[in-house]
Amino acid sequence: MVDLRLADFPLLSLIIWLPVAGAALLFVIPRSQEALIKIVALLVALADFAVSLPLWFHFDRHFSGFQFVEKHTWIKALGAHYFLGVDGISVLFILLSALITVLCILISWESITDKVKEFYIALLLTSAAMIGVFCALDLLLFYVFWEAMLIPMYLIIGIWGGPRRLYATIKFVLYTLLGSVLMLIGIIVIYLKIGTFEVPTLMRMGLPYGLQVLLFLAFFAAFAVKVPMWPVHTWLPDAHTEAPTAGSVILAGILIKMGAYGFLRFSLSFFPKATLALAVPMLVLSIIAIIYGALACLAQTDLKRLIAYSSVSHMGFVTLGIFSLTANGVEGAILQMINHGVVTGALFMCVGIVYDRTHSREISYYGGLATVMPIYAAFFMVFTMASIGLPGTNGFIGEFLILLGTFQAKKWATVFAATGVILGACYMLWLYQRVFCQKVNPNIAGLPEMKLRELVSLLPMLILVLWIGIYPKSFLSFMHPSVNGLLQHVQAAGPVTSITQLIKEGLHAILFA
Amino acid sequence: MHAETARYASEALHYVVWVPGLPLLASVITLLFGRRYIRDKAHWLPCLAVFGSFLLSLKVLWAVIHGTWANFDLFTWMAASGIKVGVGFQIDPLSAMMLAMVTSLSFLIHVYSIGYMADDPGYYRFFSYISLFTFSMLMLVSANNFLQLYFGWEAVGLCSYLLIGFWYEKKSAADAAKKAFIVNRFGDFGFALGVFLVFVFFGSLYYQDVFARVHEIAHARLNLLGHSVAVPTLIALLLFCGALGKSAQFPLHVWLPDAMEGPTPVSALIHAATMVTAGVFMVARCHSIFELSPVAMAVVAAAGTITCFMAATIAPTQFDIKRVIAYSTLSQLGYMFMACGVGAFAAGMFHLFTHAYFKALLFLGAGSVIHIMHHAPDPNDMRYMGGLKRYMPITYWTFLIASLSISGIPGFAGFFSKDEILASAFFSAYPWGRWVWFVGTFVAFLTAFYSFRVVFMAFHGEFRGREVLHGKEPHESPWVMTIPLMLIAIGAVFSGWVGIPEVLGGSNHFARFMAPVLGHPEVHVPEGMALSEKTLEFLLMSISVLAGLLGIGLAWLVYIKKPSLQTLLPRRVPHFYRYLYRKWYWDEIYYYLIVRPTLWVAETFVGLIVDTFVIEGTVNGLPATVRVVGSGLRRFQSGVVQYYALFIAFGALALFILLHYYF
Repeated sequence: MVDLRLADFPLLSLIIWLPVAGAALLFVIPRSQEALIKIVALLVALADFAVSLPLWFHFDRHFSGFQFVEKHTWIKALGAHYFLGVDGISVLFILLSALITVLCILISWESITDKVKEFYIALLLTSAAMIGVFCALDLLLFYVFWEAMLIPMYLIIGIWGGPRRLYATIKFVLYTLLGSVLMLIGIIVIYLKIGTFEVPTLMRMGLPYGLQVLLFLAFFAAFAVKVPMWPVHTWLPDAHTEAPTAGSVILAGILIKMGAYGFLRFSLSFFPKATLALAVPMLVLSIIAIIYGALACLAQTDLKRLIAYSSVSHMGFVTLGIFSLTANGVEGAILQMINHGVVTGALFMCVGIVYDRTHSREISYYGGLATVMPIYAAFFMVFTMASIGLPGTNGFIGEFLILLGTFQAKKWATVFAATGVILGACYMLWLYQRVFCQKVNPNIAGLPEMKLRELVSLLPMLILVLWIGIYPKSFLSFMHPSVNGLLQHVQAAGPVTSITQLIKEGLHAILFA
Repeated sequence: MHAETARYASEALHYVVWVPGLPLLASVITLLFGRRYIRDKAHWLPCLAVFGSFLLSLKVLWAVIHGTWANFDLFTWMAASGIKVGVGFQIDPLSAMMLAMVTSLSFLIHVYSIGYMADDPGYYRFFSYISLFTFSMLMLVSANNFLQLYFGWEAVGLCSYLLIGFWYEKKSAADAAKKAFIVNRFGDFGFALGVFLVFVFFGSLYYQDVFARVHEIAHARLNLLGHSVAVPTLIALLLFCGALGKSAQFPLHVWLPDAMEGPTPVSALIHAATMVTAGVFMVARCHSIFELSPVAMAVVAAAGTITCFMAATIAPTQFDIKRVIAYSTLSQLGYMFMACGVGAFAAGMFHLFTHAYFKALLFLGAGSVIHIMHHAPDPNDMRYMGGLKRYMPITYWTFLIASLSISGIPGFAGFFSKDEILASAFFSAYPWGRWVWFVGTFVAFLTAFYSFRVVFMAFHGEFRGREVLHGKEPHESPWVMTIPLMLIAIGAVFSGWVGIPEVLGGSNHFARFMAPVLGHPEVHVPEGMALSEKTLEFLLMSISVLAGLLGIGLAWLVYIKKPSLQTLLPRRVPHFYRYLYRKWYWDEIYYYLIVRPTLWVAETFVGLIVDTFVIEGTVNGLPATVRVVGSGLRRFQSGVVQYYALFIAFGALALFILLHYYF
């Protein structure tokens, strides 16, 4: 059983349900009042971010268990609870989700003109469900949030998306659903074996090795699709490309983090033996994702598609760090999840800003943009450098810790993965050159510079890039106890027989028993 | 030989923080407010800030000369499990010398840029970037740990990227900037792995922790692909990868000549005097690791020697004045690595120090020429110059001083440092020392030849650019440019005087100053030589001076006396000449061996075959399969989604049964 610290005040509930209340409020505002709808949505999101701030200040950074815990009976017959809590692994994502919701509303202010009311309702509901995912300590509750998040996201892409939005949405939903169903089976099996949905209890359960491996794979299906890991990544470029800016930002910023979060919260602690046994295949998949994603970037002609593929590469680093199973690697992975949310989110916002002006995502449509929009170009340069992992930006800290951690575990993996750092510079600088440098393309001559609203929505991201880059301690300090506790738990389960041995024994048992 | 760790005080010299701090502040303020508010006054703040850093560096140097060394952390930068690294400063003779050298040159180049960059629409941007560059370089040299070194390392790379691509509207400039960054990334890839290895073996990234315990890994070995490799060799070679990139040594040298697309003050500051020396500095800083591995030392010497020779053969064939000087930079950096590769780290640093002045002077002189030629279609082309001595005497005389210095003419700075390298190589205990000496002496001849080729082509004879300048007469550059030239010229002469060797009656202050950090190389007088060490050293000196004079004489013969000789080489051995003129075809080799295949894999293999056909095909093929199976079972017409749902449901049920009942 992991330590729990009950909350005096239902802070997490407030953070989750405030956007839902806001959505309800929007529901009663007449749809003609577009300005009011937007202002209310923004205020709700801001309020939600404000109420999430106590997590930053009052979180005990020396406590490895769950804090701000709330527990109430939910479905008595099943023993399911309304059970919330955060630890060093999840707390930062709640803050990030709340922040990104605010920025998404700002960035959509003028670009969404159709069905405004429904859009902001969907956005707030997504936000609530996302935060719920990171807070839930009951498997069933987690699953409910996990699936609930899908519906508004489905609507955001399907209704406000680009020309191929239907194809993209169906693909997105099918991929995710397929994974989720397998996870649901896993959850039910766990429930039938152990008899509880409570995560802190399950974190210390000892399932048989073979079952761990199968359940690991069932959960893996759900998480790998979300991350997305190679080769189940192909929904991502389509979904990212067709989604409206806010949708892409949420996808990149939060939604795909849930896969990696799932690995950390469930796979590692529920199935430590399977984790140890499957770590190397996971590292290999991560390396493939890193290199493959980066190479795919070099072939893209669409701005959003390129950044989407760069997500595949960057998330490869995250899973690499997680399955290095070293403290540096996992801490780097968590930080890199935040970093990727910030940087890729910001890059999608940047693309949205010019898309609103030109309605083109083709890279060849641009050129010389630095002459036309110098301030915008400067912002984009900072995010490019963060994406490349230049020291002084957040990207460096995450990548460095991940590679260092991986190096401690598997040196060969680092050698392959680090080539992604070279390729990253290639595709991002090439992108920057094609869009911002050289002669001004007549298509974009005379485009107006960023507005104050756009600048304000990018500024928090810029501050985070530099803050994490220069003083990462304030973020890393959240993680140490929880990460070390988790890794001790995983390592204590070892050593395990290799997975090939296991398959042999399994086949033997089936064939000859 | 190890640095005397006890001498470092943690409570002294804290004001050194402001040495990089002032340029950083100036850079940020200029960048934020330059476009709207400061505009054509953008030079004031950066110039003053860098001047302030210069004064502070002198104070630091003074303190270090009087025995105060310092090592302290400003704040903790990265603190994760088991790793804690700060932003910190290690001030000893090595870093103090670098601080003084960088700030002095940076200040003068800032001032020069006021004239050179006047009327450029990106005036404020330029000053912000070069101040940022100065900050980065100062952070690099004053670091007390590998991580901050890496920070400075990449940050100077960023500034170099920004400044090479300063005129980003030009495709060639944008290409060159990208190339510089990416080629450097290849080096940094190895460098980062080297840093990881250091951390794995020492558990710390602080220089002091690592160098104090460096002997512990002397005999450690590591299994690499089935081979047992000595750990010091591996660490040293990986770190050296970074130096190959940053200091543009073979085989990662290809970015530097293209970097000449940037404004000339940038070439002077970044691509000659400071940033490119970072590799040499790093090798000197980590010398105790390199010294553990003869293999690594041999590689360093080989890379230096090859680059030194190769660049010196390319330089005489180029007509772009900046490219010639760029290749001479490659070649001179080669000398520095040759020195490191024979264990004479102090000699390498000495050459780094003197080279910074005379090379900055060469570039700024070239810049002064380019400045007045800027109406020509290609202002860098020496074929349109000639006779400029008459029009721009200050530029001419300072350029001549720099050329004499780089040619190793006695009395000028380059003579002392180059000679110390050649002597150290000759007397080196390493078996490749004599080879290094031989190539170095031959290159001294080539160096003098191509340097004076520039002098004669640009400044002597008749002015050939009247037509391209539409009859305008060339004229001397403004004072704000010529005064820095004259001041740097002082450095190009006298910076060598701090290291006058004992054989010439000096006492080699420089080597003594560096000795506590870099040690003394062992001197081996080759066996079977009847001459004493002193006589031998004197003889070597005469040989290299002779080589230099021969080179100058040959240049005079070909470019003044008998110009018809210029076409001799292209006419007689056109293929060989073309080989040199096309820079040994390295750009083409990399293009066909690396760039093209990578793009092919990206576009055709990954983009088309795997992503579209294999993965997408499988996924999109799934409903087709289901449909075939489904239509066989019953006539059931509906959309794809339902089939998926059906498929998922059946699969789920089967899996559930398996999991629940089998286990």
